[in-house]
Amino acid sequence: MTDNAVVTINGTEVTVPEGTTILTAAELAGVQIPTLCNHPDQMIKAVCRVCVVEVEGARVFQPACSFPVWDGMNVRTNSPAVIEARKTVVEMLLSRHPQDCLQCERNLHCELQNVSKSVGVNERPFPEETRDLPIDDSSGAVVREADKCINCRRCVEACADVQGVGVLSTVNRGYDTVVSTAFNEPLEQVSCVLCGQCIQACPTGALREHNDIDRVWRALADPNKHVVVQTAPAVRVAIGEDLGLPVGTRATKLLTSALRQLGFDGVFDTDFTADLTIMEEGSELLQRLQEGGTLPMITSCSPGWIKYIEHYYPEQLDHLSTCKSPQQMFGALAKSYYAEKNQYNPDDIYVVSIMPCTAKKFEANRPEMAAEGIRDVDAVLTTRELAQMIDQAGLDFPNLKEEEYDSPLGISTGAAVIFGATGGVMEAALRTVYELVTEQELPALDFTSVRGLDGVKEASVLLPLPNGEDSLEVKVAAAHGLASARQIMEKVKNGEADYHFVEVMSCPGGCIGGGGQPRPSTTERREKRLQAIYDEDEAMTIRKSHENPAVKALYEEYLEKPLGERRHKLLHTHYVQRSRY
Amino acid sequence: MIMLCSCREVKIVREDVKEAVQRCGREKHQLLEILGQLQKGTNFLERDTLVAVAEELDLPLAEVYGTATFYSLYSTKPRGRYVVRVCESAPCHIDGAADILAAVKAHLGVAVDETTDNSQFTLETTSCLGVCSVGPAMMINDEVYGNLTPDRAVEILQSYN
Amino acid sequence: MSIHRSHILVCSGSNCTLRASVPVRMALRAAIADQGLDKEFKVIETGCFGLCQEGPIMVIYPEGIHYCGVQPDDIDEIVETHLKKGRVVNRLLYRGEAEQEVTLPSTPFYQRQHRVVLRNVGAVDPENIEESLARDGYQGLAKALDTMSPRDVVQTMLDSGLQGRGGAGFPAGRKWDFTLRASGEPKYVVCNADEGEPGTSKDRLILEGDPHAVIEGMAIAGYAVGASQGFIYIRGEYQLSLQRFRKAVEQAREYGLLGSDILGSGFSFNVEVRSGAGAYVCGEETALLNSLEGRRGEPRYKPPFPANEGLWGKPTLINNVETLANAAPILMHGAQWYRSLGSEDCPGTKVFTLSGDVANRGLIEVPMGITLREIVEDIGGGIPGGRQFKMAQIGGTSGGCIPAEHLDIPIDIPHLDDVGASLGSGALLIVDDSHCMVDLSKTFLHFFAHESCGQCTPCREGTMLMRKLVDGIAAGSGTRKDLELLERITATMRKASLCGLGQTAPTPVLTALRYFSDEYEAHIDSGRCISGACGVAVGGMKS
Repeated sequence: MTDNAVVTINGTEVTVPEGTTILTAAELAGVQIPTLCNHPDQMIKAVCRVCVVEVEGARVFQPACSFPVWDGMNVRTNSPAVIEARKTVVEMLLSRHPQDCLQCERNLHCELQNVSKSVGVNERPFPEETRDLPIDDSSGAVVREADKCINCRRCVEACADVQGVGVLSTVNRGYDTVVSTAFNEPLEQVSCVLCGQCIQACPTGALREHNDIDRVWRALADPNKHVVVQTAPAVRVAIGEDLGLPVGTRATKLLTSALRQLGFDGVFDTDFTADLTIMEEGSELLQRLQEGGTLPMITSCSPGWIKYIEHYYPEQLDHLSTCKSPQQMFGALAKSYYAEKNQYNPDDIYVVSIMPCTAKKFEANRPEMAAEGIRDVDAVLTTRELAQMIDQAGLDFPNLKEEEYDSPLGISTGAAVIFGATGGVMEAALRTVYELVTEQELPALDFTSVRGLDGVKEASVLLPLPNGEDSLEVKVAAAHGLASARQIMEKVKNGEADYHFVEVMSCPGGCIGGGGQPRPSTTERREKRLQAIYDEDEAMTIRKSHENPAVKALYEEYLEKPLGERRHKLLHTHYVQRSRY
Repeated sequence: MIMLCSCREVKIVREDVKEAVQRCGREKHQLLEILGQLQKGTNFLERDTLVAVAEELDLPLAEVYGTATFYSLYSTKPRGRYVVRVCESAPCHIDGAADILAAVKAHLGVAVDETTDNSQFTLETTSCLGVCSVGPAMMINDEVYGNLTPDRAVEILQSYN
Repeated sequence: MSIHRSHILVCSGSNCTLRASVPVRMALRAAIADQGLDKEFKVIETGCFGLCQEGPIMVIYPEGIHYCGVQPDDIDEIVETHLKKGRVVNRLLYRGEAEQEVTLPSTPFYQRQHRVVLRNVGAVDPENIEESLARDGYQGLAKALDTMSPRDVVQTMLDSGLQGRGGAGFPAGRKWDFTLRASGEPKYVVCNADEGEPGTSKDRLILEGDPHAVIEGMAIAGYAVGASQGFIYIRGEYQLSLQRFRKAVEQAREYGLLGSDILGSGFSFNVEVRSGAGAYVCGEETALLNSLEGRRGEPRYKPPFPANEGLWGKPTLINNVETLANAAPILMHGAQWYRSLGSEDCPGTKVFTLSGDVANRGLIEVPMGITLREIVEDIGGGIPGGRQFKMAQIGGTSGGCIPAEHLDIPIDIPHLDDVGASLGSGALLIVDDSHCMVDLSKTFLHFFAHESCGQCTPCREGTMLMRKLVDGIAAGSGTRKDLELLERITATMRKASLCGLGQTAPTPVLTALRYFSDEYEAHIDSGRCISGACGVAVGGMKS
């Protein structure tokens, strides 16, 4: 199977391993073949037929994305017949595609637009039709506009295979074929977890986030509102992608600067409450270990994951940590601790979150997320939406003056920033739990066994107890992508999971691969974002949550010790059983 | 006008599904057989039925729905007690299928893919029934009729009342 | 087994059933019983005799007298005159064009045929395995298991030159060879009985008339490629076929011809019968595999081919009903014998369903290479009603339309290819000069727009765009530009579609445009339709 094949592509010879696809071989030969249904992280579909090429000796054109090369193969990607076929295929798609590109969220970032340009479409020759399917904005997080769907099925794979959710499927047949939910029910009514991975997969504007930009502009313009903003860890390593910076750029200080210029009154960091989460969740874990609580305890930071377990494993909710997510803890504290400290009326504080996530929009709207009737978080923007606002404001993002977060809710540690990566919550928790339990300094900070892009990562950590005799073995696991989470949950359900602590993040790679991040979130891009997250961690002076001075002050001034009364009200929550169907 | 509601109690649906799954097997590859059996009673697949099948086979509902909507013999919309399928493939067309369809439409007072008010008949068109030597042909539920004339088609329909 | 004076065969194929063969049979049985003659006469239900146009058909042995169009009212006369008095009921004999009464086997309809696949169809009771066994049923399997290695069997199939009879015409032996060589366990044999090509009912009538020939073929294939599990996927609309085939599988199992250690050879093979659910595209082999797996019946991209990655990703041999029904005769009589039938490029016989504007419609089996004219004029008995032959559509709705100028074309793969047509599945639709090609094209395109699986762009969008354009031309709103667009769409569909459906869907319209462009132009330029079927603005017979 390791035999090499010499392939001629448009007259240029290239040597590749036999079985390589024509698409890959052509790339090596310096020939770009347009594609639509092809996605570097997904299975071959070969359904859009945009990438067809002429293979000498073959009766019909072959799709470059699926067709394997053989030694001596002669391929033409630019014969007049191929060029004509490719253009016709795209023109066929466009005959039913809405012509509202200028108003479309994907304008200038649209794969269909790019392909249309590259294959040379310059007219609409075929009879036109619009399907007039309803736009589904029921969830307030993920919007589906089926008219713009080109049936590439990438969202179906993201939903069913990557996430193991499968609320989207190809339905009907022939010309009526379309991607839909069962019975075309709105997303709000089905067991969609609103993770937004379908948005990441979509090549057009058929899937996008619910737009909250205008609400935020209005709040910023309201003189009676004190508008504060929090930024999730994963935003800083990705937003540059949409604003002219290379993938993997750490743009933390540009981000804070931009937010201030947009008019936010307080520029804070979700990392602060990530550190707080470690304190609360770490304490909860120790309590469960000591008092015989439900194990394994599973993290609760990822709102897509929460919705997933509520729909798919409603009888296992006791495993979830009762901690609110850092986003919600932040909101609750901004409207209590911060308000009191600065003598603001909580009603006048408007909390905006910048999240790599679409499910966070849902989370902020959950009825439980309002202490005493005051919503913790008022508006959630995705990384992409913030980039849009920065564009609207005309800011020259790469050249902004670098600035710091405001105090105290902007003070954080390296442990908090790695919340943005799969395994990060686990690693941050272990750094703290180790030192709290053993009362010794951790010899090596990096728990590399829970890092990386394997779906499920397992580790076992020995905690030498202070009495010098016993030691406590903590078995942990981290999963990202809900199909991986399902593997763990099946074990839990069947009583086969001997873990003490499990971290689950909905999205592949963790929050850096979230549904609200710049598109596309390919594996290649995720790896660069992960690296940036760990670089960010290493660059921090303090890298353990329990050493965050602002968190310590918060406990001393306001919360008292972890798991106390007030904290229960502000920092903890409960879950609801939902149906799978 | 008598409205017959063909929706049944969820409990009964579940029992039917359990039985069908037991008979055919719980594997995904039995999905078509299971759906086929479940449709026999009502001529269509209700939402509750698909939910119960999805649960039994541990499949996403959208996938079950996506599969059901692919095949012409299944319907996820209510259909009448008798599904009348008039063949409109080329051999029957040559034999005058258009006249048969017109006569059936006029007799039932419905268009294609519609159900009569009394929920007795749903009219559909179908691709070839494989009885081309005796076209034009139509199928009522599982029964096939050939050598139709418009009058004969109506006579046959009358025998179903 | 008791000895009867006469055996009365009553066709119970689908087409005769539609013509009241069941009441005929019941009336006959009742009449015989009433008169206490059941020891003397035995009534047997058989499969199709082929001349479905004349059904219900009844054959009385030992005389070999064929009666056509028998109705329940005729039974008393048959019993009184024929059975009791031994006199032929002349008025029920087949009448040729000259209105002379002739016995069926002497008609050109049968004389020009050569029955290999249909050897037992119409001769045996398909619901009684013993009748098959009495006519060499399972002898091919026995020979393979007794005297041949799997490799020998595959070699014989290769040598026979048999081409797949489902439509694509790929050499069957090569598929067997690929599957035998493929690594991976288990392997499967799948019989494609999803006969959806409009105008084709040959597989149906084989399944209903001689299911054991198909079971035997599947078992031989299983032995040859190393599979012990077979599936047959029968169209959901074919309820009688499903019912009868299930019964046949049961009987084969009872007789030890399926199951473990068949005929003491150590070879085990089982067949599971599966029903389709109404999707033409499932006749495409990889779509069928997806459907068998319980999914949407969408074709898979190839390679990988089923021989290497088929059902559940395992090596799978998938053959059409007629292909498999050829296996036993080939093993019995040898590859050379098979090659002696048919033409040089296409050995053997082909079963066709003859339909449309032709006097004799029904199931025929002819040697490859026979001319279209021989089929239409000799076997088919010509065009009725004083009409002229206009065209024959061969291979079903995805097949090409052959005009009168090519009536003398030999029917085999290369000759058909020359005129833009293909052998296809074995449909032969004869159309007389009263029909309009634009109207017919509309029918073809409505079919494809409904049956496209919707997966790949050229087919999903192209079938509907073609349909819209041709509907427009038929309605009188077409332009010359539409013809150019049709050409662009068809070229892209043929070259860029994922599977055979999309690649061949344009064929009938392309050939219609090639041979009958004047009709298209007449619709566009002067709003004229020869048949009046189209709703064009002016002219036409009806408007």
